[in-house]
Amino acid sequence: MKVTEEDILHIAALSRLKIAKEEEKNYQEELDKIISYMDILEGVDTENVPPTTYALPMENVFREDEPKDSLDRELALSNAPEVEDGYFKVPRVLEES
Amino acid sequence: MELYFETAASLHSMLKNKKITAKELTEAVISRIDATENEIGAYLTVTKENALENAKKTDEKIAKGEEIGFLEGLPGGIKDNICTKGVKTTCASKILENFVPPYNATVVEKLLGVNYSLMGKLNMDEFAMGGSTENSAYKLTKNPWDKERVPGGSSGGAAASVAAGSAVWSLGSDTGGSIRQPASFCGVVGLKPTYGRVSRYGLVAYASSLDQIGPVTRDVTDAANIMNIIAGNDAMDSTSSKKAVPDYTKSLVKDVKGLKIGCPKEYFADGMDKEVENAVRAAIASYKDMGAEIVDISLPHTKYAISSYYLIAPAEAATNLQRYDGVSYGARVDGEDIVSLMTNTRTAKFGAEVKRRIMIGNYALSAGYYDAYYLKALKVRTLIQQDFTEAFKSVDVIMTPTAPTAAFKIGEMEDPLKLYLQDIYTVPINLAGVPGISVPCGFTQNNLPIGLQIIGRPLDEETIIRAAYAYEQENNWKDKRVGGEN
Repeated sequence: MKVTEEDILHIAALSRLKIAKEEEKNYQEELDKIISYMDILEGVDTENVPPTTYALPMENVFREDEPKDSLDRELALSNAPEVEDGYFKVPRVLEES
Repeated sequence: MELYFETAASLHSMLKNKKITAKELTEAVISRIDATENEIGAYLTVTKENALENAKKTDEKIAKGEEIGFLEGLPGGIKDNICTKGVKTTCASKILENFVPPYNATVVEKLLGVNYSLMGKLNMDEFAMGGSTENSAYKLTKNPWDKERVPGGSSGGAAASVAAGSAVWSLGSDTGGSIRQPASFCGVVGLKPTYGRVSRYGLVAYASSLDQIGPVTRDVTDAANIMNIIAGNDAMDSTSSKKAVPDYTKSLVKDVKGLKIGCPKEYFADGMDKEVENAVRAAIASYKDMGAEIVDISLPHTKYAISSYYLIAPAEAATNLQRYDGVSYGARVDGEDIVSLMTNTRTAKFGAEVKRRIMIGNYALSAGYYDAYYLKALKVRTLIQQDFTEAFKSVDVIMTPTAPTAAFKIGEMEDPLKLYLQDIYTVPINLAGVPGISVPCGFTQNNLPIGLQIIGRPLDEETIIRAAYAYEQENNWKDKRVGGEN
Protein backbone atom coordinates (compact mmCIF):
# COMPACT_ATOMS: atom_id res chain seq x y z
CA MET A 1 0.00 0.00 0.00
CA LYS A 2 1.16 3.51 -0.77
CA VAL A 3 2.16 5.52 2.29
CA THR A 4 1.04 9.11 1.73
CA GLU A 5 2.13 12.34 3.40
CA GLU A 6 -1.31 12.44 4.98
CA ASP A 7 -0.64 9.00 6.53
CA ILE A 8 2.64 10.28 7.91
CA LEU A 9 0.99 13.20 9.70
CA HIS A 10 -1.75 10.97 11.07
CA ILE A 11 0.74 8.34 12.33
CA ALA A 12 3.03 11.01 13.79
CA ALA A 13 0.10 12.42 15.77
CA LEU A 14 -0.81 8.95 17.05
CA SER A 15 2.84 8.43 17.99
CA ARG A 16 3.07 11.79 19.78
CA LEU A 17 5.88 12.83 17.48
CA LYS A 18 6.22 16.09 15.60
CA ILE A 19 7.53 15.93 12.06
CA ALA A 20 9.10 19.13 10.82
CA LYS A 21 7.70 20.43 7.51
CA GLU A 22 11.00 19.81 5.72
CA GLU A 23 11.15 16.20 7.01
CA GLU A 24 7.69 15.18 5.82
CA LYS A 25 8.67 14.17 2.33
CA ASN A 26 11.71 12.28 3.53
CA TYR A 27 9.64 10.33 6.04
CA GLN A 28 6.97 9.58 3.47
CA GLU A 29 9.48 8.22 0.95
CA GLU A 30 11.37 6.18 3.50
CA LEU A 31 8.32 4.62 5.12
CA ASP A 32 6.76 3.98 1.74
CA LYS A 33 9.87 2.11 0.66
CA ILE A 34 9.89 -0.01 3.84
CA ILE A 35 6.14 -0.70 3.82
CA SER A 36 6.24 -1.57 0.10
CA TYR A 37 8.85 -4.20 0.91
CA MET A 38 6.43 -5.68 3.48
CA ASP A 39 3.86 -6.11 0.73
CA ILE A 40 5.51 -9.43 -0.24
CA LEU A 41 3.46 -10.87 2.63
CA GLU A 42 0.37 -10.42 0.44
CA GLY A 43 1.56 -13.40 -1.59
CA VAL A 44 1.53 -15.81 1.37
CA ASP A 45 -1.52 -18.02 1.76
CA THR A 46 -2.58 -17.58 5.38
CA GLU A 47 -6.09 -18.95 5.00
CA ASN A 48 -6.86 -20.88 8.21
CA VAL A 49 -3.49 -19.99 9.75
CA PRO A 50 -3.87 -18.72 13.30
CA PRO A 51 -1.78 -15.71 14.36
CA THR A 52 1.11 -16.30 16.79
CA THR A 53 1.59 -13.75 19.51
CA TYR A 54 4.06 -15.73 21.59
CA ALA A 55 6.37 -18.35 20.18
CA LEU A 56 5.96 -20.90 22.93
CA PRO A 57 2.61 -22.21 24.15
CA MET A 58 1.53 -19.89 26.97
CA GLU A 59 -1.06 -20.37 29.65
CA ASN A 60 -2.47 -18.01 32.20
CA VAL A 61 -0.15 -17.74 35.15
CA PHE A 62 -1.91 -17.31 38.47
CA ARG A 63 -0.57 -16.55 41.90
CA GLU A 64 -2.07 -16.05 45.33
CA ASP A 65 -3.37 -12.54 45.93
CA GLU A 66 -1.07 -11.75 48.80
CA PRO A 67 0.02 -8.24 49.68
CA LYS A 68 3.76 -7.77 49.45
CA ASP A 69 6.13 -4.86 49.92
CA SER A 70 6.20 -2.48 47.02
CA LEU A 71 8.64 0.19 45.97
CA ASP A 72 8.59 2.99 48.50
CA ARG A 73 7.17 6.26 47.30
CA GLU A 74 10.36 8.26 47.42
CA LEU A 75 12.19 5.69 45.31
CA ALA A 76 9.29 5.42 42.88
CA LEU A 77 9.38 9.17 42.38
CA SER A 78 13.16 9.41 42.26
CA ASN A 79 13.35 9.52 38.46
CA ALA A 80 10.38 11.82 37.87
CA PRO A 81 11.02 15.06 36.01
CA GLU A 82 8.73 16.99 38.37
CA VAL A 83 7.30 16.02 41.74
CA GLU A 84 5.12 17.82 44.25
CA ASP A 85 3.85 16.59 47.63
CA GLY A 86 4.68 13.00 46.79
CA TYR A 87 2.96 13.06 43.37
CA PHE A 88 4.05 13.27 39.75
CA LYS A 89 3.40 16.78 38.50
CA VAL A 90 2.10 17.59 35.01
CA PRO A 91 0.59 20.69 33.40
CA ARG A 92 -3.09 21.28 34.10
CA VAL A 93 -5.20 18.67 32.30
CA LEU A 94 -8.74 19.88 33.14
CA GLU A 95 -10.05 23.32 32.26
CA GLU A 96 -11.02 25.58 35.14
CA SER A 97 -14.78 25.77 35.45
CA MET B 1 48.40 -14.66 27.17
CA GLU B 2 47.52 -11.36 28.83
CA LEU B 3 45.22 -11.83 31.83
CA TYR B 4 42.51 -9.65 30.31
CA PHE B 5 42.29 -12.02 27.34
CA GLU B 6 41.84 -15.22 29.33
CA THR B 7 38.49 -16.99 29.43
CA ALA B 8 36.34 -16.73 32.55
CA ALA B 9 36.83 -20.44 33.25
CA SER B 10 40.61 -20.23 33.16
CA LEU B 11 40.64 -17.05 35.28
CA HIS B 12 38.33 -18.74 37.76
CA SER B 13 40.75 -21.63 38.20
CA MET B 14 43.73 -19.27 38.40
CA LEU B 15 41.96 -17.47 41.24
CA LYS B 16 41.12 -20.71 43.03
CA ASN B 17 44.68 -21.99 42.68
CA LYS B 18 46.01 -18.65 43.92
CA LYS B 19 48.02 -18.09 40.74
CA ILE B 20 46.53 -14.59 40.56
CA THR B 21 44.49 -12.37 42.84
CA ALA B 22 41.16 -10.81 41.92
CA LYS B 23 42.80 -7.43 42.55
CA GLU B 24 45.49 -8.11 39.94
CA LEU B 25 42.91 -9.24 37.42
CA THR B 26 40.56 -6.32 38.07
CA GLU B 27 43.42 -3.86 37.78
CA ALA B 28 44.51 -5.49 34.54
CA VAL B 29 41.00 -5.11 33.10
CA ILE B 30 40.79 -1.50 34.32
CA SER B 31 44.14 -0.67 32.67
CA ARG B 32 42.90 -2.34 29.53
CA ILE B 33 39.79 -0.15 29.62
CA ASP B 34 41.98 2.92 30.11
CA ALA B 35 44.14 1.87 27.16
CA THR B 36 41.37 0.92 24.71
CA GLU B 37 38.18 2.76 25.62
CA ASN B 38 39.01 5.98 23.76
CA GLU B 39 39.29 4.00 20.57
CA ILE B 40 36.72 1.22 21.12
CA GLY B 41 33.99 3.00 23.10
CA ALA B 42 32.31 -0.13 24.47
CA TYR B 43 31.13 1.37 27.76
CA LEU B 44 28.57 4.01 28.64
CA THR B 45 29.31 3.79 32.38
CA VAL B 46 32.40 2.27 33.99
CA THR B 47 32.00 1.15 37.62
CA LYS B 48 35.66 0.79 38.67
CA GLU B 49 35.01 1.18 42.39
CA ASN B 50 32.41 -1.54 42.30
CA ALA B 51 34.75 -3.98 40.53
CA LEU B 52 37.64 -3.21 42.90
CA GLU B 53 35.39 -3.64 45.92
CA ASN B 54 34.26 -7.02 44.57
CA ALA B 55 37.91 -8.00 43.99
CA LYS B 56 38.76 -7.17 47.59
CA LYS B 57 35.92 -9.32 48.94
CA THR B 58 36.83 -12.16 46.59
CA ASP B 59 40.49 -12.10 47.66
CA GLU B 60 39.44 -12.12 51.32
CA LYS B 61 37.26 -15.17 50.73
CA ILE B 62 40.06 -16.99 48.92
CA ALA B 63 42.52 -16.11 51.71
CA LYS B 64 40.10 -17.61 54.25
CA GLY B 65 39.92 -20.76 52.17
CA GLU B 66 36.25 -20.26 51.23
CA GLU B 67 34.81 -21.52 47.94
CA ILE B 68 34.18 -18.90 45.26
CA GLY B 69 31.51 -18.95 42.57
CA PHE B 70 32.25 -18.99 38.85
CA LEU B 71 31.93 -15.24 38.29
CA GLU B 72 33.38 -13.96 41.56
CA GLY B 73 36.19 -11.53 40.93
CA LEU B 74 35.76 -11.61 37.13
CA PRO B 75 34.82 -8.11 35.90
CA GLY B 76 31.94 -8.26 33.43
CA GLY B 77 29.76 -5.76 31.61
CA ILE B 78 26.01 -5.51 31.23
CA LYS B 79 24.18 -4.04 28.26
CA ASP B 80 22.68 -0.69 29.17
CA ASN B 81 19.08 -1.85 28.73
CA ILE B 82 19.23 -4.23 31.71
CA CYS B 83 18.27 -2.50 34.97
CA THR B 84 20.98 -2.21 37.60
CA LYS B 85 19.77 -0.66 40.84
CA GLY B 86 21.64 2.54 41.60
CA VAL B 87 23.64 2.40 38.34
CA LYS B 88 22.45 4.51 35.41
CA THR B 89 20.61 2.53 32.72
CA THR B 90 20.13 4.68 29.63
CA CYS B 91 19.32 2.28 26.78
CA ALA B 92 21.74 4.55 24.91
CA SER B 93 18.85 7.02 24.63
CA LYS B 94 18.63 10.69 25.54
CA ILE B 95 15.17 10.02 26.92
CA LEU B 96 16.70 7.91 29.73
CA GLU B 97 19.87 10.01 30.08
CA ASN B 98 19.60 10.29 33.86
CA PHE B 99 17.56 7.18 34.62
CA VAL B 100 18.81 5.34 37.71
CA PRO B 101 16.72 2.19 38.19
CA PRO B 102 15.19 1.77 41.65
CA TYR B 103 15.33 -2.02 41.23
CA ASN B 104 17.41 -4.77 39.66
CA ALA B 105 16.52 -6.92 36.69
CA THR B 106 16.05 -10.55 37.74
CA VAL B 107 19.25 -11.56 35.92
CA VAL B 108 21.13 -8.93 37.94
CA GLU B 109 19.61 -10.25 41.18
CA LYS B 110 20.77 -13.73 40.17
CA LEU B 111 24.26 -12.42 39.41
CA LEU B 112 24.36 -10.61 42.75
CA GLY B 113 23.42 -13.88 44.38
CA VAL B 114 26.70 -15.33 43.11
CA ASN B 115 28.73 -12.18 43.97
CA TYR B 116 29.38 -11.07 40.42
CA SER B 117 31.66 -8.17 39.62
CA LEU B 118 30.11 -5.33 37.62
CA MET B 119 32.66 -3.50 35.48
CA GLY B 120 30.11 -1.24 33.83
CA LYS B 121 27.21 -0.71 31.44
CA LEU B 122 27.70 -1.30 27.75
CA ASN B 123 26.88 0.69 24.65
CA MET B 124 24.13 -0.42 22.27
CA ASP B 125 21.80 0.82 19.56
CA GLU B 126 19.20 3.08 21.17
CA PHE B 127 16.54 0.84 22.73
CA ALA B 128 18.25 -2.14 21.03
CA MET B 129 17.04 -1.00 17.61
CA GLY B 130 19.79 -1.55 15.09
CA GLY B 131 22.51 -3.88 13.96
CA SER B 132 25.62 -1.71 14.21
CA THR B 133 25.51 0.26 17.51
CA GLU B 134 25.60 3.38 15.32
CA ASN B 135 22.17 4.29 16.69
CA SER B 136 23.51 4.97 20.19
CA ALA B 137 22.68 8.54 21.21
CA TYR B 138 26.05 8.78 22.98
CA LYS B 139 28.91 7.27 21.04
CA LEU B 140 30.10 4.95 18.32
CA THR B 141 31.55 1.61 19.33
CA LYS B 142 34.31 0.39 17.03
CA ASN B 143 35.03 -3.19 16.07
CA PRO B 144 38.23 -4.19 17.91
CA TRP B 145 39.39 -6.19 14.85
CA ASP B 146 39.15 -3.17 12.54
CA LYS B 147 38.33 0.20 14.00
CA GLU B 148 36.83 1.48 10.76
CA ARG B 149 34.12 -1.13 11.12
CA VAL B 150 31.07 -1.56 13.32
CA PRO B 151 30.98 -4.14 16.12
CA GLY B 152 27.50 -5.17 15.05
CA GLY B 153 24.45 -4.54 17.16
CA SER B 154 22.46 -3.93 19.02
CA SER B 155 24.69 -5.49 21.75
CA GLY B 156 27.79 -3.90 20.15
CA GLY B 157 29.37 -2.88 23.46
CA ALA B 158 28.79 -6.34 24.91
CA ALA B 159 30.64 -8.03 22.03
CA ALA B 160 33.36 -5.38 21.57
CA SER B 161 34.28 -5.34 25.27
CA VAL B 162 34.73 -9.12 25.42
CA ALA B 163 36.75 -9.12 22.18
CA ALA B 164 38.90 -6.13 23.22
CA GLY B 165 39.70 -7.50 26.68
CA SER B 166 37.87 -4.71 28.49
CA ALA B 167 35.36 -7.16 30.06
CA VAL B 168 35.85 -10.85 30.85
CA TRP B 169 32.23 -11.61 29.95
CA SER B 170 29.05 -9.67 29.28
CA LEU B 171 25.30 -9.90 29.03
CA GLY B 172 23.44 -8.71 25.97
CA SER B 173 19.88 -8.91 24.74
CA ASP B 174 18.63 -10.37 21.47
CA THR B 175 15.34 -9.44 19.77
CA GLY B 176 16.28 -10.14 16.14
CA GLY B 177 19.95 -11.12 16.33
CA SER B 178 21.33 -8.52 18.72
CA ILE B 179 23.53 -10.98 20.65
CA ARG B 180 24.48 -13.35 17.83
CA GLN B 181 25.33 -10.87 15.06
CA PRO B 182 27.72 -8.70 17.15
CA ALA B 183 29.28 -11.89 18.57
CA SER B 184 29.86 -12.98 14.98
CA PHE B 185 31.32 -9.58 13.97
CA CYS B 186 33.64 -9.48 17.00
CA GLY B 187 34.81 -13.11 17.01
CA VAL B 188 33.22 -14.13 20.32
CA VAL B 189 30.48 -16.52 21.44
CA GLY B 190 26.91 -15.20 21.79
CA LEU B 191 23.93 -17.25 22.94
CA LYS B 192 20.27 -16.32 22.55
CA PRO B 193 18.29 -18.63 24.81
CA THR B 194 14.84 -19.99 24.00
CA TYR B 195 12.12 -17.38 24.52
CA GLY B 196 11.16 -17.81 28.18
CA ARG B 197 14.37 -19.51 29.35
CA VAL B 198 15.76 -16.33 30.97
CA SER B 199 13.57 -13.83 32.80
CA ARG B 200 12.95 -10.54 31.01
CA TYR B 201 11.99 -8.72 34.20
CA GLY B 202 14.04 -5.53 34.30
CA LEU B 203 15.08 -5.75 30.65
CA VAL B 204 13.79 -2.52 29.14
CA ALA B 205 11.16 -3.74 26.71
CA TYR B 206 11.66 -3.37 22.96
CA ALA B 207 9.55 -6.18 21.45
CA SER B 208 8.26 -8.26 24.32
CA SER B 209 7.36 -11.39 22.37
CA LEU B 210 10.89 -11.63 20.95
CA ASP B 211 13.32 -10.19 23.54
CA GLN B 212 15.71 -12.49 25.43
CA ILE B 213 18.80 -11.86 27.56
CA GLY B 214 21.89 -14.01 26.99
CA PRO B 215 25.65 -14.24 27.54
CA VAL B 216 28.50 -12.98 25.34
CA THR B 217 31.74 -14.78 26.14
CA ARG B 218 35.17 -15.85 24.87
CA ASP B 219 34.21 -19.49 24.61
CA VAL B 220 31.34 -21.95 24.90
CA THR B 221 32.37 -23.12 28.38
CA ASP B 222 31.91 -19.59 29.72
CA ALA B 223 28.51 -19.30 28.02
CA ALA B 224 27.33 -22.57 29.62
CA ASN B 225 28.48 -21.45 33.06
CA ILE B 226 26.69 -18.11 32.78
CA MET B 227 23.52 -19.81 31.52
CA ASN B 228 23.58 -21.89 34.71
CA ILE B 229 23.37 -18.64 36.67
CA ILE B 230 20.81 -16.65 34.68
CA ALA B 231 18.32 -19.24 33.39
CA GLY B 232 15.10 -20.17 35.15
CA ASN B 233 11.50 -19.40 35.95
CA ASP B 234 10.67 -16.07 37.54
CA ALA B 235 7.45 -15.02 39.23
CA MET B 236 8.07 -11.50 37.87
CA ASP B 237 7.98 -12.70 34.24
CA SER B 238 4.89 -14.73 33.50
CA THR B 239 6.31 -15.69 30.08
CA SER B 240 9.29 -17.44 31.69
CA SER B 241 9.34 -21.22 31.35
CA LYS B 242 8.68 -23.50 34.30
CA LYS B 243 10.81 -26.28 32.84
CA ALA B 244 13.68 -27.22 35.15
CA VAL B 245 17.06 -25.77 34.23
CA PRO B 246 19.67 -28.44 33.47
CA ASP B 247 23.34 -28.10 34.33
CA TYR B 248 24.59 -26.73 31.02
CA THR B 249 28.22 -27.54 31.82
CA LYS B 250 27.26 -31.23 31.47
CA SER B 251 26.82 -30.48 27.76
CA LEU B 252 30.47 -29.49 27.40
CA VAL B 253 31.27 -32.80 25.78
CA LYS B 254 33.24 -33.24 22.60
CA ASP B 255 30.94 -35.73 20.98
CA VAL B 256 28.67 -35.13 18.00
CA LYS B 257 28.60 -38.67 16.66
CA GLY B 258 25.23 -39.31 15.08
CA LEU B 259 24.09 -35.71 15.59
CA LYS B 260 21.79 -34.74 12.74
CA ILE B 261 22.60 -31.30 11.37
CA GLY B 262 20.17 -29.55 9.04
CA CYS B 263 21.39 -27.12 6.37
CA PRO B 264 18.50 -25.00 5.13
CA LYS B 265 18.80 -24.39 1.40
CA GLU B 266 17.05 -21.02 1.67
CA TYR B 267 19.90 -19.68 3.82
CA PHE B 268 22.66 -20.74 1.47
CA ALA B 269 21.26 -18.61 -1.32
CA ASP B 270 21.79 -15.17 -2.83
CA GLY B 271 23.35 -12.40 -0.83
CA MET B 272 25.77 -14.46 1.21
CA ASP B 273 29.37 -13.32 1.04
CA LYS B 274 31.65 -15.92 -0.55
CA GLU B 275 34.18 -15.91 2.28
CA VAL B 276 31.38 -16.36 4.82
CA GLU B 277 29.90 -19.20 2.81
CA ASN B 278 33.25 -20.99 2.52
CA ALA B 279 33.96 -20.69 6.24
CA VAL B 280 30.51 -21.96 7.21
CA ARG B 281 30.62 -24.83 4.73
CA ALA B 282 34.07 -25.80 6.04
CA ALA B 283 32.69 -25.75 9.60
CA ILE B 284 29.82 -28.02 8.61
CA ALA B 285 32.28 -30.35 6.85
CA SER B 286 34.29 -30.48 10.05
CA TYR B 287 31.17 -31.78 11.86
CA LYS B 288 30.91 -34.50 9.25
CA ASP B 289 34.49 -35.50 10.00
CA MET B 290 33.56 -35.70 13.68
CA GLY B 291 30.80 -38.18 12.89
CA ALA B 292 27.74 -35.98 12.55
CA GLU B 293 25.23 -36.46 9.77
CA ILE B 294 24.50 -33.54 7.44
CA VAL B 295 20.95 -33.29 6.11
CA ASP B 296 19.63 -30.84 3.49
CA ILE B 297 16.44 -29.25 4.75
CA SER B 298 14.03 -26.54 3.71
CA LEU B 299 12.59 -23.65 5.74
CA PRO B 300 10.26 -22.46 2.97
CA HIS B 301 8.98 -19.26 4.60
CA THR B 302 12.44 -17.79 5.24
CA LYS B 303 12.02 -15.06 2.63
CA TYR B 304 9.07 -13.61 4.54
CA ALA B 305 10.88 -13.42 7.87
CA ILE B 306 12.24 -9.88 7.49
CA SER B 307 8.80 -8.50 6.60
CA SER B 308 7.12 -10.35 9.43
CA TYR B 309 9.76 -9.29 11.94
CA TYR B 310 9.90 -5.64 10.86
CA LEU B 311 6.14 -5.35 11.34
CA ILE B 312 5.84 -7.28 14.61
CA ALA B 313 8.88 -5.81 16.38
CA PRO B 314 8.05 -2.16 15.55
CA ALA B 315 4.38 -2.72 16.47
CA GLU B 316 5.40 -4.01 19.89
CA ALA B 317 7.99 -1.24 20.18
CA ALA B 318 5.44 1.46 19.36
CA THR B 319 3.30 0.13 22.20
CA ASN B 320 6.14 -0.40 24.69
CA LEU B 321 7.67 3.00 24.06
CA GLN B 322 4.42 4.84 24.77
CA ARG B 323 5.59 4.90 28.39
CA TYR B 324 8.19 7.57 27.57
CA ASP B 325 5.91 10.52 28.05
CA GLY B 326 7.95 12.87 30.23
CA VAL B 327 5.78 12.21 33.28
CA SER B 328 6.90 9.44 35.62
CA TYR B 329 10.54 9.01 34.64
CA GLY B 330 12.99 9.97 31.93
CA ALA B 331 13.55 13.29 30.27
CA ARG B 332 10.88 15.98 29.92
CA VAL B 333 10.64 18.85 27.48
CA ASP B 334 7.94 21.26 28.64
CA GLY B 335 4.88 22.18 26.64
CA GLU B 336 1.84 24.34 27.13
CA ASP B 337 -0.40 21.36 27.82
CA ILE B 338 0.06 17.67 28.57
CA VAL B 339 -0.12 16.53 24.94
CA SER B 340 2.44 19.04 23.75
CA LEU B 341 4.66 18.16 26.71
CA MET B 342 4.59 14.52 25.62
CA THR B 343 5.08 15.34 21.95
CA ASN B 344 7.93 17.76 22.65
CA THR B 345 9.66 15.27 24.93
CA ARG B 346 9.46 12.38 22.48
CA THR B 347 10.35 14.49 19.45
CA ALA B 348 13.45 15.95 21.11
CA LYS B 349 14.69 12.86 22.94
CA PHE B 350 14.13 9.85 20.68
CA GLY B 351 16.68 9.22 17.92
CA ALA B 352 15.87 8.76 14.24
CA GLU B 353 15.71 4.96 14.15
CA VAL B 354 13.51 4.76 17.26
CA LYS B 355 11.11 7.27 15.70
CA ARG B 356 11.14 5.34 12.43
CA ARG B 357 10.19 2.09 14.17
CA ILE B 358 7.50 3.75 16.26
CA MET B 359 6.05 5.16 13.04
CA ILE B 360 6.21 1.80 11.21
CA GLY B 361 4.65 0.10 14.23
CA ASN B 362 1.81 2.54 14.61
CA TYR B 363 1.18 2.40 10.86
CA ALA B 364 0.89 -1.41 11.01
CA LEU B 365 -1.40 -1.19 14.03
CA SER B 366 -3.62 1.65 12.86
CA ALA B 367 -7.19 1.29 11.71
CA GLY B 368 -7.37 0.19 8.10
CA TYR B 369 -3.91 -1.37 8.04
CA TYR B 370 -4.08 -3.70 11.05
CA ASP B 371 -5.33 -6.77 9.15
CA ALA B 372 -3.14 -6.24 6.10
CA TYR B 373 0.07 -5.74 8.04
CA TYR B 374 0.13 -6.59 11.74
CA LEU B 375 -2.29 -9.53 11.73
CA LYS B 376 -0.82 -10.83 8.48
CA ALA B 377 2.68 -10.68 10.00
CA LEU B 378 1.48 -12.70 13.02
CA LYS B 379 0.04 -15.37 10.73
CA VAL B 380 3.24 -15.55 8.73
CA ARG B 381 5.04 -15.88 12.05
CA THR B 382 3.05 -19.07 12.64
CA LEU B 383 4.20 -20.44 9.28
CA ILE B 384 7.84 -19.60 10.04
CA GLN B 385 7.53 -21.33 13.39
CA GLN B 386 5.97 -24.38 11.72
CA ASP B 387 8.94 -24.53 9.32
CA PHE B 388 11.20 -25.05 12.35
CA THR B 389 8.88 -27.54 14.03
CA GLU B 390 8.80 -29.55 10.82
CA ALA B 391 12.59 -29.38 10.34
CA PHE B 392 13.28 -30.48 13.91
CA LYS B 393 11.35 -33.70 13.27
CA SER B 394 14.30 -34.88 11.18
CA VAL B 395 17.32 -32.98 12.55
CA ASP B 396 18.73 -32.15 16.00
CA VAL B 397 20.22 -28.77 15.15
CA ILE B 398 20.25 -26.39 12.19
CA MET B 399 23.43 -24.65 11.03
CA THR B 400 23.68 -21.41 9.09
CA PRO B 401 25.93 -18.38 8.95
CA THR B 402 25.09 -15.88 11.70
CA ALA B 403 25.23 -12.92 9.28
CA PRO B 404 25.50 -12.69 5.48
CA THR B 405 28.79 -10.75 5.69
CA ALA B 406 31.60 -10.00 8.13
CA ALA B 407 31.55 -6.62 9.91
CA PHE B 408 30.71 -3.74 7.58
CA LYS B 409 32.19 -0.24 7.64
CA ILE B 410 30.92 2.52 9.86
CA GLY B 411 28.47 4.59 7.79
CA GLU B 412 28.15 1.90 5.12
CA MET B 413 24.51 0.99 5.88
CA GLU B 414 22.78 4.34 5.66
CA ASP B 415 19.66 2.95 4.03
CA PRO B 416 17.47 1.52 6.83
CA LEU B 417 15.93 -1.20 4.65
CA LYS B 418 19.39 -2.39 3.56
CA LEU B 419 20.36 -2.77 7.21
CA TYR B 420 17.12 -4.62 8.02
CA LEU B 421 17.86 -7.14 5.26
CA GLN B 422 21.16 -7.98 6.98
CA ASP B 423 19.14 -9.69 9.72
CA ILE B 424 17.87 -12.43 7.43
CA TYR B 425 19.61 -15.33 9.24
CA THR B 426 18.84 -14.22 12.78
CA VAL B 427 15.25 -12.89 12.90
CA PRO B 428 13.53 -16.20 12.02
CA ILE B 429 15.02 -17.70 15.20
CA ASN B 430 13.38 -15.02 17.37
CA LEU B 431 10.09 -15.33 15.51
CA ALA B 432 10.15 -19.09 16.18
CA GLY B 433 11.31 -18.56 19.77
CA VAL B 434 14.03 -21.21 19.49
CA PRO B 435 17.58 -20.93 20.89
CA GLY B 436 20.61 -20.01 18.79
CA ILE B 437 24.32 -19.61 19.40
CA SER B 438 27.00 -17.91 17.31
CA VAL B 439 30.52 -19.36 17.50
CA PRO B 440 33.61 -18.14 15.65
CA CYS B 441 34.31 -20.26 12.56
CA GLY B 442 37.09 -18.43 10.77
CA PHE B 443 38.33 -15.13 9.43
CA THR B 444 38.13 -13.29 6.14
CA GLN B 445 41.28 -12.37 4.22
CA ASN B 446 41.01 -8.96 5.90
CA ASN B 447 41.20 -10.66 9.30
CA LEU B 448 37.54 -10.11 10.19
CA PRO B 449 35.78 -12.80 12.25
CA ILE B 450 33.02 -15.00 10.80
CA GLY B 451 30.31 -16.65 12.90
CA LEU B 452 28.56 -20.01 12.62
CA GLN B 453 24.99 -20.02 13.92
CA ILE B 454 23.67 -23.21 15.55
CA ILE B 455 19.92 -23.34 16.12
CA GLY B 456 18.19 -25.79 18.46
CA ARG B 457 14.78 -27.09 19.47
CA PRO B 458 12.80 -25.03 22.00
CA LEU B 459 14.41 -25.28 25.46
CA ASP B 460 17.16 -27.49 24.13
CA GLU B 461 20.12 -25.21 24.77
CA GLU B 462 22.02 -28.34 25.81
CA THR B 463 22.34 -29.69 22.28
CA ILE B 464 23.49 -26.40 20.73
CA ILE B 465 26.02 -25.97 23.55
CA ARG B 466 27.33 -29.49 22.93
CA ALA B 467 27.55 -28.93 19.18
CA ALA B 468 29.24 -25.55 19.61
CA TYR B 469 31.68 -26.95 22.17
CA ALA B 470 32.67 -29.90 19.98
CA TYR B 471 33.46 -27.57 17.08
CA GLU B 472 35.33 -25.15 19.26
CA GLN B 473 37.53 -27.94 20.65
CA GLU B 474 38.24 -29.29 17.18
CA ASN B 475 39.35 -25.87 15.92
CA ASN B 476 41.36 -23.07 17.46
CA TRP B 477 39.45 -19.96 16.39
CA LYS B 478 38.60 -19.14 19.97
CA ASP B 479 42.28 -18.83 20.86
CA LYS B 480 42.82 -15.99 18.44
CA ARG B 481 42.83 -12.57 20.06
CA VAL B 482 42.65 -9.01 18.79
CA GLY B 483 46.08 -7.66 17.89
CA GLY B 484 47.96 -10.94 17.96
CA GLU B 485 48.38 -14.29 16.35
CA ASN B 486 47.01 -16.13 19.34
